Amino acid sequence: MEKKEVLVLEELLGSNKKIAAEIRKKLEDKGILTINLLSSPGAGKTTLLERIAEGLSPDYSMAVIEGDIETERDSERIRAKGIPAWQIITGGACHLEAKMVAKVFSEIPADLDFLFIENVGNLVCPASYDLGENIRCVILSTPEGDDKPKKYPQAFTTSDCLIINKADLIPALPFKVENAKREALEINPKLKIFITSALKGSGVRELIEYFQSSLRKLRQKNA
Amino acid sequence: MHELSIVASLFEILEEKAEEQKAKRIVGVKLQVGALSGVVPEFLETAFNIYKKETLADKARLEIEKVPLKIQCQKCHTEMVKDDFVFICENCGSRELETLGGTELLLEKIEMEVS
Repeated sequence: MEKKEVLVLEELLGSNKKIAAEIRKKLEDKGILTINLLSSPGAGKTTLLERIAEGLSPDYSMAVIEGDIETERDSERIRAKGIPAWQIITGGACHLEAKMVAKVFSEIPADLDFLFIENVGNLVCPASYDLGENIRCVILSTPEGDDKPKKYPQAFTTSDCLIINKADLIPALPFKVENAKREALEINPKLKIFITSALKGSGVRELIEYFQSSLRKLRQKNA
Repeated sequence: MHELSIVASLFEILEEKAEEQKAKRIVGVKLQVGALSGVVPEFLETAFNIYKKETLADKARLEIEKVPLKIQCQKCHTEMVKDDFVFICENCGSRELETLGGTELLLEKIEMEVS
């Protein structure tokens, strides 16, 4: 039996990257800014999206792709705000992949400003998958503790933006914003950091302004 | 724990390459897994050994090269290996660093039996 060694040097997630790049190109051509939200379960992604929807209305339009292992609950919450939402039920899978996003792609209206993708609640696996986003945001809620950036490094090193949420609970917790910021910036000096309470609405304005200025930059690039 | 999904992607590439080379069997697979790839090599190996059954690679050995995080300072050009993932230059304290390696998740080579 003849043996042969074949040098491949291919990325294992190369096909995901390719699909993601196609999604990004198509959305950018339409002038849509896409934001991928990553966090552990219960960090406040959906509540934050509800606040963002209120803050963007009526001048800007948005839509949401919801990733969950089970149930339509999150997309129902978003639709209740008058926002189009598509639910991707992964049926056990711990992350979204670009090919799942591609499936709902044809339904996304062309005249949109922002497309948010709420990933499956998990601070580990979603970090490996590019979904075609322009901005990746990792959300760290204060009850999780200020030591998480270095414990889950990939979620923080691959993100553009860190949102420290549930700031209203800080007085009751040992969470130190400075510790979380320092840890996060040590592993990713480029992170933009926002402190929010999605429940109370604080800090959401600054976050929205960041998304709006990113949208302007995207459209200037297109023009 | 998305190692099984990653192994599924690996087998898509393996099948494609085996067909290209008209391989009878795949006997060895070598991967490069970066320290910051988000993947646990031991789980990848477990997933591989489950997935390979009833495929061309059913007897294949999996070799995983663990690649450490290597960065270079853009100010003083010092290269360093970082086990703690802290992106601060050990030499000059700069935060302007470029990643040279350690994020990869790569299929390096395949050993096959042909004819």
